[in-house]
Amino acid sequence: MTASSVLSAAPVIGASGVLDVLATRHAYVVFALLLCIGLYMMIANPNLIKKLIGLNLFQTAIFLLFVVSAYVEGGAIPIIPAGTEQGAAYASPLPHVIVLTAIVVGVSLTAVGLALCIRIYDEYGTLRADTLRDLMREEGSLPAEVGQEPDAAGVARSDGGETNE
Amino acid sequence: MSEPLPLIELLLPLAVVVPIVAATLPLALGLRYDDVGWSVAAVTSVGLVGIAGAVAAEVYTAGRFAHELGGYQPPVGIELVADELSAAVLVLIAVVAAATLAFSRVAGPRGNAFYSGYLLLTGGLSGVVLTGDLFNLFVFLEIVGLTTYALIAADRSGASAYASLKYLMLGTVGASLYLVGVGYVFLATGSLNMLDLQTQIVEQASYTDPLIQAGFAFIVAGFALKIALFPVHTWQPDAYQRAPDSVTVFVAALVSTAGAYALIRVTYTVFTVDFLLANDAITTVLLVVTGVSILAGSVLAAMQSDLKRMFAYSSVAQFGMIAAAVALANEWALLGGIVHLLGHGLLKFGLFLAAGLLALGYGARRVEDLASLARRAPYTAGSLAVLGLALVGIPPSIGFLGKWYIAFGAVQESGAGGGAVGIGIAAVIFISTLFTLAYVARLIEQLYFAGVGLDDGHGEGVADTDEHGGNVVADGGQAADHDADDPISPKSGAPTTLGVPDRVPTGAFVVLLLATATAVALGFAGATFADLFDPFLSEVFA
Repeated sequence: MTASSVLSAAPVIGASGVLDVLATRHAYVVFALLLCIGLYMMIANPNLIKKLIGLNLFQTAIFLLFVVSAYVEGGAIPIIPAGTEQGAAYASPLPHVIVLTAIVVGVSLTAVGLALCIRIYDEYGTLRADTLRDLMREEGSLPAEVGQEPDAAGVARSDGGETNE
Repeated sequence: MSEPLPLIELLLPLAVVVPIVAATLPLALGLRYDDVGWSVAAVTSVGLVGIAGAVAAEVYTAGRFAHELGGYQPPVGIELVADELSAAVLVLIAVVAAATLAFSRVAGPRGNAFYSGYLLLTGGLSGVVLTGDLFNLFVFLEIVGLTTYALIAADRSGASAYASLKYLMLGTVGASLYLVGVGYVFLATGSLNMLDLQTQIVEQASYTDPLIQAGFAFIVAGFALKIALFPVHTWQPDAYQRAPDSVTVFVAALVSTAGAYALIRVTYTVFTVDFLLANDAITTVLLVVTGVSILAGSVLAAMQSDLKRMFAYSSVAQFGMIAAAVALANEWALLGGIVHLLGHGLLKFGLFLAAGLLALGYGARRVEDLASLARRAPYTAGSLAVLGLALVGIPPSIGFLGKWYIAFGAVQESGAGGGAVGIGIAAVIFISTLFTLAYVARLIEQLYFAGVGLDDGHGEGVADTDEHGGNVVADGGQAADHDADDPISPKSGAPTTLGVPDRVPTGAFVVLLLATATAVALGFAGATFADLFDPFLSEVFA
């Protein structure tokens, strides 16, 4: 996953002291950046697929946060054979398990989102959110302005309540 | 706390596992038998009602109990906990889930895949309510979210797919923000168990630790998206309107309710009242946001002409009140928040069910479609009116109890030195009640008084209809012979109810009447609610 590739570049390489702190913060800066880029993509990009990619980026940033937090300097992979002496440093396995679960959740979300995109494309022939909104407004399935819904084009019955003879 | 029987303890995992495992059955059995989905769902949800009843009976007699999953001791292992709050919400979920089936049987969507989704959602909701672990809560929230997105799109129209995708984006951002918050709290304390965190936050960090504060802010922002507070509510009206009617009934009653439950749980069990008291700025911001949410939701609801959209915006306002009750950090307000959480679930179930039934039997989807409908569907229209008035908060009804306690708590809080914000919340609730009255009164006016001059309209009495050339549109009159001036007629072939004129299916009709009666009857249960939740409240405000 992207999380692991970013991880290999980001976390603590420095030996100790100030460098260590800086390097640790560096990883968290990447987390914040990815989070913001993902969020910005979701808001600013009109293409639904790119919005989904932004969503993935957003989630990946959170994976990074957890993975970075699990890092223990000089720690080994937390696979501990029976009879190993106590006190050796291991990376914390719990955040990794959390990230693993979160990745599964993210994959299913992406799958559902892409399936919905396919259906939207089948129906309207576009994946641009702005064009889509225009099309839906034309067919009457989206209110023209907030709160003021025009008469749906497909409504067969003319309203009975207002006409007063 | 007495030691519960292991058998009782096992009910907790069963409440989660049974629906989720049963969710595979409609698809698997569907390979051989058609239409097996409804039966599987019915058996499972009746079983869940039994489980929830047994859990509630145990909790309210013997106190809270927990189950350690896989035998791992918390705080390392994950535990499922039933206490006074979670048992009440679990009962609501089980009952509403079972009652929804009476409607979905006739209203669709048909097909086994729908019932698989329905069961997964039910299991996920039980999980949200029962889990005692922050990360586990995230997983269940996402199970709920994923299945809700799928169910909303079950309509097979392009508009519902777009509404669902919109919900997916915002809902996922909400859950992700929650996860960031959990990450921060985890970094500060190294624990994920809710009860353990209660002490760890004080021991490992402090209530004013920036990491804890930021974590809380992220968690609340996440839940705000999930329960649709004002600035981030935009997914909700589309999702509720575009979803198939039976899905709206289910989702509107339970999904945001589970989110609001989680907000109460995390705020009061993990962060505790002391955290809220130590962070005035956070609670003030929260109160302002919820106040705006209450107002905006009510105003937007009053502007709608589509029934389902109107009730959807009304939910924005009602959840604003519940979130305000959480932020007030007052015992009465929290009691009101819990009662309103349950009451709103029940009321919205009833309102969306009534709207769905009127759409099913008469094709009425918009407010003006309701003209004179009380004449053709007196019981369904009457239920809609009574539930609407309960939503306004006319006593005796559960809607009144919740709002009253929240407003009372708000006034008490400002009297106790909380300042103007408490009074502000009480005032906002009052204004919102007026707006709610405005749109409910519009419905009632349409149902009972509109349609003057129509053939079968209101005005000079029933005998008058004979003067119009004998064009009497009796109950069950054919849709074919009605022109523009006719009042709305039952759809040809609409199912009937035995013994009453409403052209709505019997099972769902009985459920609607029961829901209405319950909403009114619970209005007398104020003292009972106070007793039931007293152990939880006194523990929280210890």
